[in-house]
Amino acid sequence: MSPRPKPVDAVIIGYGWTGAIMAKTLTDAGLSVVALERGPMRDTSPDFSYPQVADELRHGIRGEYWQPLARETVTIRHRLDQEAVPYRQYGSFVLGNGVGGAGTHWNGQQWRASPEDLRFRSHVLERYGAQAIGPDMTIQDYPVTFEELEPHFDHFEKVAGVSGRAGNLRGTLMPGGNPFEGPRSDAFPNPPVADIESSIRFARAARELGYNAFPMPAANASRAYTNPYGVRMGPCNLCGFCERFGCFLYSKASPQTTILPILKHRTNLEVRPNAQVTRILLDSDGKRAVGAAYVDEKGDLIEQRADLVILSAFQMHNVRLLLLSGIGEPYDPATGKGVVGKNYAYQMVSSVSAYFDKDVHLNPFIGAGAGGQQVIDDFNSDHFDHTGLGFIGGSLIFAGATGARPIEQMNLPPDAPRWGAGWKAAAAAHYGHSMSVATMGAVMSYRDAYLDLDPTYRDALGQPLLRMTFNWHENEYRLAAHANAKARSIVEAMKPKSIGVNLIKPGENYDVRRYQSTHTTGGAIMGADPATSVINRYSQSWDVPNLFVMGASAFPQNLGYNPTGLLAGLAYFSAAEIRDRYLKAPGPLVDA
Amino acid sequence: MVSGCAPSAAPQLDDREPQFFTRAEWRFVNAWVDRLIPPDATGPGAIEAGVPGFIDLQLAGPYGAGAYWYMSGPFHPDAPATLGYQHPHTPRALYRQAIAGLDADVRRRHGKAFAALSPDARDAYLKLVEADGVGLEGVSASAFFDLAWRNTREGYFSDPIHGGNRGMAAWRMVGFPGARADFTDWMDKPGAPYPLGPVSIGGRKFG
Ligand SMILES: Cc1cc2nc3c(=O)[nH]c(=O)nc-3n(C[C@H](O)[C@H](O)[C@H](O)COP(=O)(O)OP(=O)(O)OC[C@H]3O[C@@H](n4cnc5c(N)ncnc54)[C@H](O)[C@@H]3O)c2cc1C
Ligand code: SF4
Repeated sequence: MSPRPKPVDAVIIGYGWTGAIMAKTLTDAGLSVVALERGPMRDTSPDFSYPQVADELRHGIRGEYWQPLARETVTIRHRLDQEAVPYRQYGSFVLGNGVGGAGTHWNGQQWRASPEDLRFRSHVLERYGAQAIGPDMTIQDYPVTFEELEPHFDHFEKVAGVSGRAGNLRGTLMPGGNPFEGPRSDAFPNPPVADIESSIRFARAARELGYNAFPMPAANASRAYTNPYGVRMGPCNLCGFCERFGCFLYSKASPQTTILPILKHRTNLEVRPNAQVTRILLDSDGKRAVGAAYVDEKGDLIEQRADLVILSAFQMHNVRLLLLSGIGEPYDPATGKGVVGKNYAYQMVSSVSAYFDKDVHLNPFIGAGAGGQQVIDDFNSDHFDHTGLGFIGGSLIFAGATGARPIEQMNLPPDAPRWGAGWKAAAAAHYGHSMSVATMGAVMSYRDAYLDLDPTYRDALGQPLLRMTFNWHENEYRLAAHANAKARSIVEAMKPKSIGVNLIKPGENYDVRRYQSTHTTGGAIMGADPATSVINRYSQSWDVPNLFVMGASAFPQNLGYNPTGLLAGLAYFSAAEIRDRYLKAPGPLVDA
Repeated sequence: MVSGCAPSAAPQLDDREPQFFTRAEWRFVNAWVDRLIPPDATGPGAIEAGVPGFIDLQLAGPYGAGAYWYMSGPFHPDAPATLGYQHPHTPRALYRQAIAGLDADVRRRHGKAFAALSPDARDAYLKLVEADGVGLEGVSASAFFDLAWRNTREGYFSDPIHGGNRGMAAWRMVGFPGARADFTDWMDKPGAPYPLGPVSIGGRKFG
């Protein structure tokens, strides 16, 4: 029989970005809270200290901060009639592990959604009519508006010490910012990080073409800063070991550098690392969660009882734990019925590289995950007229460098030899003198793109792996080609010696070998109707009202923005409602 | 070099004592990576940079045992290539079996070990393997090619703490400052050539 620790008011499953946000709010409200995190304890010191952290092989390639795939991975297939095979080695996306989650080794590109993204289906219908939405697309509106989320976006930006330049301050357009953003109630708490050479060239060329270049909003602090919780961050020095690494300078926002320090001494919070949750426990009629079961370091199965359960284990793990726990009806692609696993989506990326002469010193090793980069939002969301283009949604187009670490980020012209003396000559000639302009675009949701449990493959504990069925559709190929052509025109205006194009062509399959992004979404989507969603506008499970599900699993389809700003906003929105309404009268916050 | 002689075929080996590789494997790996990154005036070759010793250490450790990969079956090596590596071999097994198969194949074709071939003949053989032109029993030669090339770049460009990139020479060749990780003094000088050479985690410094 498994030992039973003392029951608590709330258990949090997964202690990354959203787990930390919820721990803060719930302990503020006086609840007793246990946070279960499957990975190890991690903090800036000793885990991210210099110089050990500046090790590309150990952290950027072997991924010592990431989820050990040997223990748990996902299986992937392109089509319903294929057998899925395991994602055996890291490529397409990287999963977090340990206190702080992926929030320790993210880039910090910090975005809000555009207002129309949150009512995307309605917006497309109104502007382009029903024929713009393909018959196999299953896109939906969010059940929450930009105006409702704005105060929470603003709060998270202040917590994370985001550096950037406002473009729309309470309805007034501000020079040098993003003219397409929704009206913000306040400016960014910190000015932009200093531009690096490649972004300066990109921004100049983009402006020549009439586009609106502005600094990438960055959760890399541009100066010493104290956040609303009294936690202090230091200025980013563009160290170049940012995404995939932890920040040794307390400059990159992470749970560790922004929220966890004030929680450390709270007596009503206990963080249990090395606690792998295997199930959310339900009462006998399956309508109420009573806690979580986890396997600890010693391999013992332990039940932690709680009145409130927060599932914040990252998008994929949220969906898997719902399926393993038998919560909600699993989605069936044959009938379109069921909800858990529905609307898995991703992002469609492309790039255009510029190769300059040897006298152009880009110093690409100077860079951050986000700070110092420049971006245009002109071709994202519905910021441009899509009439006649044959697709909906859009892409960010941006440039800069994140460290040019030479194992992973050697950028050579397409005609350079793949190995041998010619490869070496190309590496020596181009390393310091090449850059790329990237596009990162939306992926719609489709009837045949979803998540379920794999029938064959298991994790180290013997539980079924999550299975992903996903491939590109016509909308993505067209969207990427459109953004890539814009990126190319900007690169041409930079007048490099030569150009290289990286674009997924119509008919090409999703390739898991190449890193694209960790912006995986959907599977436990939010909506206004329990027949077509897993959670309501407050991230509360329709089936089990004392369960709240955080993270990008809530997105009904993906955006052309990085997800964390939106998912953190949704978490704070949910947290406020739990504090102000749910705790006073536990039960459904929205009538089904 | 004595005039009239063909250039010496076998390269000078990495001077370390291998922990994982047998002597024959060691000669093969040295001769293999020597063609992936040959020595010339541009910069160090893979052997001079310590790539063989790096690979040997990696294979002797957890990486070689497959500790970083999901290695449960069933295995479907015939799955679409876009779904990633699907072979049942850990890095150790892949090196061991592929090297045995390839060396035997070279002996059949040329009557001598791979390491004894001229540089040009080794280049031609690498191209053949890269293009999946050599079929081996129970192991994929092109999967070996891909992994060996990946590991070679890792050994060439990783911090010397891992046993490769000797003298940080590969970093110096391209102009990467290594583990410096502080550009406060250069943030206001975009576009100006960066004056300092690399530093390593172990504390060695150039400039
Ligand atoms: C390399 C990289 C770059 C990125 N760059 C950006 C960016 O620039 N901008 C952006 O917006 N986003 C970025 N992201 C994504 C960002 O990191 C995530 O959106 C964010 O961390 C999600 O927060 P979360 O709380 O949902 O999950 P996480 O922060 O990942 O936290 C989830 C936690 O749950 C734990 N967990 C999982 N399963 C279990 C279980 N069964 N039991 C117990 N614990 C469990 C995990 O170990 C993890 O610690 C990036 C991600 C990566 C990997
Ligand atoms: S680039 Fe800046 S924010 Fe990123 S890890 Fe380095 S110092 Fe920290």
